[in-house]
Amino acid sequence: MTVLCLVETDADGIREPSLRALSVARALAGSAKEEAEDLAAAWVGVEAVVEGGSLALAGVDRGCAIDFGAAAAYAPAAWARGLAGLAAAGVGEGLGPVSAVVAAATDRGNEVLAHLGAITGLPMAANCVSAGWIGPGRCQLVRQRWAGSLLEDAVLDATVALLTVAADAVSSEQVAAAGVGVGGALADVPVSRYQPALTGGDLLVQAAQSADRRAGASLATARVVVGGGRGVGGPDGFTMLEELADLLGGALGVSRVVTSQGWRPHRQQVGQTGTKISPELYLACGISGAIQHMAGCQGAKTIVAINTDPDAPMVAKADYAVIGDLHQVIPALIEALRRRRT
Amino acid sequence: VEICVCVKRVPMVGGAIVVTPDGLDVETTMAGFTVSPHEECGVEEAVRITERLGGSVTVLTLGPSQAADQLRDMLALGASRAILLQTDGAEWGAVATAAAIADTVRERRFDLLVFGNEAADTGGYQVPVRVAHMLGLPCVTGIKRLEVVAGADGSPDRIVAGREYAGAEETFDVPLPAVVGVKEGINLPRYPSLPGRLRAKRATIETVELGSQPPDGMVKQRLLVPAASGARSELLGSGADAVPALVRLLDDLGVLR
Repeated sequence: MTVLCLVETDADGIREPSLRALSVARALAGSAKEEAEDLAAAWVGVEAVVEGGSLALAGVDRGCAIDFGAAAAYAPAAWARGLAGLAAAGVGEGLGPVSAVVAAATDRGNEVLAHLGAITGLPMAANCVSAGWIGPGRCQLVRQRWAGSLLEDAVLDATVALLTVAADAVSSEQVAAAGVGVGGALADVPVSRYQPALTGGDLLVQAAQSADRRAGASLATARVVVGGGRGVGGPDGFTMLEELADLLGGALGVSRVVTSQGWRPHRQQVGQTGTKISPELYLACGISGAIQHMAGCQGAKTIVAINTDPDAPMVAKADYAVIGDLHQVIPALIEALRRRRT
Repeated sequence: VEICVCVKRVPMVGGAIVVTPDGLDVETTMAGFTVSPHEECGVEEAVRITERLGGSVTVLTLGPSQAADQLRDMLALGASRAILLQTDGAEWGAVATAAAIADTVRERRFDLLVFGNEAADTGGYQVPVRVAHMLGLPCVTGIKRLEVVAGADGSPDRIVAGREYAGAEETFDVPLPAVVGVKEGINLPRYPSLPGRLRAKRATIETVELGSQPPDGMVKQRLLVPAASGARSELLGSGADAVPALVRLLDDLGVLR
């Protein structure tokens, strides 16, 4: 049998969330009781988009480029049709039938696998953190609910298991170490080409790239995030938090109450319905720490809470805490950092 | 533009999630309920579209009888009709939920079906796509910008929908009727007006009784709250007096420039 993983690509090859998906897909393939299953990676575009060496590093046995000819743009239904065709036809000579299709739980990955589920009538499990076979066609999995604030143990019973892999399922250290011990030498992985038959409606929805680059996209990748919540008190208070973020070379993030009050734009929201962050430092100022918010900041290496309420959930969940009014602490901190510079 | 917005009743979990003793549900005896955040924005977006172009907004939910409360909340925001697909309260799987919704809306000739991108609680990411396939309609999800464009005869013809991808916006130009999954941030929902709330209180909710939940290919076995690190937070001090300790910490973490 074969576990098939959809990988998203960019100019640098396989995108980070797809490397994590490959990692979970490899563990699923290795969990089969009788003999380990093969791992195949599929992407949309020409063969050369992904280097054979990077596939070998990720433990992939076979690559497959899904080729739509002229239509190169992202088209969710067409991508799913390609995966459905590939899963039905088999990935290639010498590989067994497809037992599972795995993708990253990105906007695209979730969307394409939902289409695949709809096309095939199969159930789909989104945001999985781990998966393993407990029998033929029976997959034991752990998946995230509430954006990771709650975990669900579930059994997926299906002729082909459809899974997406949560962004924080695998640490980047685990991804980096993945190739070690897999298959010995870094031989190039054979890559084949598959041209799916599309139906009329499959290309009805296609992405066009807009030139409009959004500010605030750096929030997800910022090394330092200064967060502000209800305790900031109103739109004016964010000036000093922005100043502090500038001094630390970081970005401003806010809680949901701040965006629903209209104090700051939604693109700055950290949380389940906003951006998930993973900075070295998250400085949470006047944020109570509702689970909606924690779902967005639990990837931070270190959390420091500044809060007047010692019993606030954020104070308990943080690594370090300052009990006090941010309107006194932040200006003093800004001044201390400025003095340090001169 | 005739729009149907599908919403879901979810508990307000606040600072912590507590699982019921049988491990199968979230404890809600002390919790309030609300509509998933993405969906509240979906209702607001639909109301704005009909304010601009005419037409009406129907809200639909699948859930227990108490989910009528959430439908009334959405009527107060400006929706004009409400449909409750009533269950016994058990959690329905995505395939069965989509089938029940598709059966209900199939004959009602909506131009646009709006969903939240994913439910706040189960996070399944698939009901809108499945409904679209069951109805043979195009679908796009993850939407944070939506514009309904009229054709030459002035009637709604297609949508232009935008979503974030790799730090930029990608756009989709899709003919109507269509299905969209929207995300919070597409707008800032209004507060319900007093007349809106009074109208919602009096409104009739069309109720369709559903049977028991059909079997699903994915069976929930147990819910668990991820273990916290266990370590208590270290207190750096109180008020501005804590600043020297805070600066030392930032230095140790290597984040000072």
